[in-house]
Amino acid sequence: MPFEGIGASVRRKEDVRFLSGHGNYTDDINRPGQVHAFIKRADRPHAAINGIDTAAAAKAPGVVAVFTGADMAADNVGGLPCGWQIHNKDGSPMAEPPHPVLAIGKVRHVGDPVAVVIAETRQAAKDAAELITIDYTDLPSAATLKDAVAPNAPRVHDEVAGNVCYDWHIGDKAMVDAAFAKATKVVKLDLTNNRLIPNAMEPRAAIGEWDTSSGDYTLYTTSQNPHVIRLLMGAFVLHIPENKLRVVAPDVGGGFGSKIYHYAEEAIVTWASAKVRRPIKWTAERNESFMSDAHGRDHVSTAEMALDTDGNFLALRISTLANMGAYLSTFAPCIPTYLYATLLAGVYKTPLIYCEVKAVFTNTVPVDAYRGAGRPEATFLVERLVDVIAHDTGKDRIAVRRQNFIPADAFPYQTPVALQYDSGNYQATLDAALKAADYAGFEARRTAAKARGKLRGIGVSTYIEACGIAPSAVVGSLGARAGLYECANIRVHPTGSVTVFTGSHSHGQGHETTFAQLVSAQLGVPIEQVEVVHGDTGKIPFGMGTYGSRSLAVGGSAMVKAMDKVIAKGKKIAAHLMEASVDDIEFADGKFTVAGTDKSKALAEISLAAYVPHNYPIEELEPGLEETAFYDPKNFTFPAGCHVCEVEVDMDTGVPEVVSFVAVDDVGRVINPMIVEGQVQGGVAQGVGQALLENAVYDAQGQLLSGSFMDYTMPRADNVPNIKVATEVTLCTHNPLGVKGCGEVGAIGSPPAVIGAIVDALRDYGVRHINMPATPGKLWSIIQSGRPAMAAE
Amino acid sequence: MYDFSYQQPANLADAAKVLLGDPEAKALAGGMTYIPVLKQRLAKPSVIVDLVKLGLTGITVGANSVTVGAMTTHATVAKSAAVAGKIRGLAALAGMIGDEAVRHRGTIGGSIANNDPAADYPAAALALGATIKTNKRSIKADDFFTGMFSTSLEQDEIITAVEFPVPEKSGYEKFRNPASRYAIVGVFVAKFPAGVRVAVTGAGQGGVFRQTAMEQALSANFAADAVANIKTPADGLNGDIHASAEYRAHLVGVIAKRAVAKAA
Repeated sequence: MPFEGIGASVRRKEDVRFLSGHGNYTDDINRPGQVHAFIKRADRPHAAINGIDTAAAAKAPGVVAVFTGADMAADNVGGLPCGWQIHNKDGSPMAEPPHPVLAIGKVRHVGDPVAVVIAETRQAAKDAAELITIDYTDLPSAATLKDAVAPNAPRVHDEVAGNVCYDWHIGDKAMVDAAFAKATKVVKLDLTNNRLIPNAMEPRAAIGEWDTSSGDYTLYTTSQNPHVIRLLMGAFVLHIPENKLRVVAPDVGGGFGSKIYHYAEEAIVTWASAKVRRPIKWTAERNESFMSDAHGRDHVSTAEMALDTDGNFLALRISTLANMGAYLSTFAPCIPTYLYATLLAGVYKTPLIYCEVKAVFTNTVPVDAYRGAGRPEATFLVERLVDVIAHDTGKDRIAVRRQNFIPADAFPYQTPVALQYDSGNYQATLDAALKAADYAGFEARRTAAKARGKLRGIGVSTYIEACGIAPSAVVGSLGARAGLYECANIRVHPTGSVTVFTGSHSHGQGHETTFAQLVSAQLGVPIEQVEVVHGDTGKIPFGMGTYGSRSLAVGGSAMVKAMDKVIAKGKKIAAHLMEASVDDIEFADGKFTVAGTDKSKALAEISLAAYVPHNYPIEELEPGLEETAFYDPKNFTFPAGCHVCEVEVDMDTGVPEVVSFVAVDDVGRVINPMIVEGQVQGGVAQGVGQALLENAVYDAQGQLLSGSFMDYTMPRADNVPNIKVATEVTLCTHNPLGVKGCGEVGAIGSPPAVIGAIVDALRDYGVRHINMPATPGKLWSIIQSGRPAMAAE
Repeated sequence: MYDFSYQQPANLADAAKVLLGDPEAKALAGGMTYIPVLKQRLAKPSVIVDLVKLGLTGITVGANSVTVGAMTTHATVAKSAAVAGKIRGLAALAGMIGDEAVRHRGTIGGSIANNDPAADYPAAALALGATIKTNKRSIKADDFFTGMFSTSLEQDEIITAVEFPVPEKSGYEKFRNPASRYAIVGVFVAKFPAGVRVAVTGAGQGGVFRQTAMEQALSANFAADAVANIKTPADGLNGDIHASAEYRAHLVGVIAKRAVAKAA
């Protein structure tokens, strides 16, 4: 048997079906008697609804039913719930305005669902939707953060004064202010974190089905966490108990966070399937994805660092405006607070940190987690500020970092913003990355580039993130309305093959391979005899799903615990069969052995005995070999690392090109190096996208200008260089695998490295920071208006 | 898309008759612009008159001209050694349109008839002083492009071929929109014995236009440096979230230089 255990680059088992077109996505599923839904959406950012006339649509050919918010209200359907409550500085709870499934009274962003048409075909539903007339009175809108916090700004929700969802803070303001008062130098930076549109390759889709016989509901949906959807939709929206509601998330083509949340369409098709007594399918068109998938990022911040004479960081003070969009998406409030401000220590021993965050409603699509979720915002802010500190104090960027790093012998390290880092070695990842990038040889490459009309720059980011979310008690104390453990069930079949039922969900991450490797390593079963099942509340005991790079650290740890139980039971069976004491049974490489003898039984012999218990300790042991475990992590995990980027900017056009990228990440123990490399590459591609290309732009009225791929610049293959990926390993100290998570490091670590490189390229043009995306036009303006210090050469 | 009826006429006369008899009828060439328009429900034609069966494909090379049938795909033009041998910039331009799939469906006639302000072919037609041949007449390129998405074609007029005079040298370069990859600025330069013609696509609010100051400078000295200091006024140029009018004006100069440098 080839080496398939921990550390092997096993080819992804799932890729055969994906690459050959045999994936089974929600839209591939068709239920008997199925009809189709089309959502009529607001075409304007903010308006009062005076009336909705659906009569013509209801009579159109092929139409089965038309529903509006009033129909759902009449059925006592609840609003879409928010899963996290933040408290204001004064202790009062955040503003939590209603989020009706279909708009009631008002529409608040372009794309807000107003009505649904259900028809025999998708085309008929779409045709009929055009016959719906909505009598609107347009209202002034608050399209951007700046507009929304302006005095007398239009209110997105009448009951929310100043459009402020919450005004939150963390840290000791008085102590931080005192440190600033004593500082010899203060460096200040204003920066924005651009708004992004996730654009998973597979658009969202949902099929609702109501069983006329049992009264059970089934929802097939593009979700990263079907049990969470069952909980939210069942308990809060449709009032269906768990035992009558099954949620299936089959193959899902990318999520990046955007498929965590409970969306209106899921509730609409589920609710309406019982009204029309037929299964209902809805699949987003790409333009609907742009205006209804939760967007990401969108911060405006001011950051200040107080420094002593030697350049040591004394205190960090930050003020951030965070865009919530028009309604609170499922986890929106926690992103710019507990997933953001708690990471502001970065990899530095800054002793004092104070951060205040004002979350603001605007007439735009709701904003929630997107790959990295809060941590890219923190990393961009801290790493850009560190570069600017070096710039403003005339010091070397690397030296400033090394001087202020948390040293490798300081772990566990308690930051001033709640987190305790368990392990890490930031000098090691920095050293490895600088070496791999030939940092020392950069100036020669810059000189050579200049001769070709290119401005070459190098950027460095030393980042950290908090993953493996999360200890339930901790997040509960911070406002989470759910626990964040994970569940695994390990079923050893009579012949010794294994099925793993996991609450984690795979939407591209390769879980079917990585998890099979875990099982193979621990139970000694070849990976082709391991089946990984996820994404079905009808099969999996429970699960909190996949986000925050938690699947291996939390979901994998649950599997380890369940396998420990399997082995413990197996030892009892083996002891009985081999007439030995349980304490003398050892398990390794798939065999139960009586210690110090050559007597052994293979796992398959034990499982057969468990299911055919003729010779079995039946008095003290139940038949069967199947165990379930729940794992609640003791802490977050803290992947960290160093990214080094080199760019060349064309002097004539301002066009930037990433010419080299090195990522050295410490993600703890690596199970499958190939999958880790793929995850890092994908994350870096998204980070390069954010830094150079992607930007969700609304006009002053709240129309989405970047509403299609014609105007929203997704990174393409020619925008992304070959990425050198390497790992340095410090083990996570508190989970059984020592793993930290790798899904988000690329998107978190890379944007400041790219922008650092761009700023370095333009170092002669009097620029110390550039906001994302660094587009050609923006860079050309700097080149045009800058006064090159060496223009005479 | 909305429902429509679909016809594949076997000859030009039949096709023209359908178009003349129904103002809601629409001719379809490669469909690389129009099919997305239909899918987005931005057009509601009564009849689609597919020109595919009219025999309008093929390239004819004469001593002083290259004639490209209206339904000839970009890929065919790009790969044509005969075109490249006579008008290097034309073959190069065809190879720079869209992506591989678009180049195998999209046609020269469709591109020119649509006159998208960010399309490539109008720059070649105008710079080379092409003649657009239709079922009714021949139209000089200078008279053909009448504004954004607008041409002098009549309702029942169908482009049959585009005839390009053979220049001494020609070259095309473009600056792509990072998202759509259409031209933000595209410049085609063509050097004839009588002088140089320069056409700019992507930048102008009214679609493709000639840059006469550059034409004069290049006629005097056909070298990249000759256009280095010629400014293009930002007035009348497009500005959008990707490129301001001022940036486009600057890019016209940079891209013109590169087109001249490439010209062969």
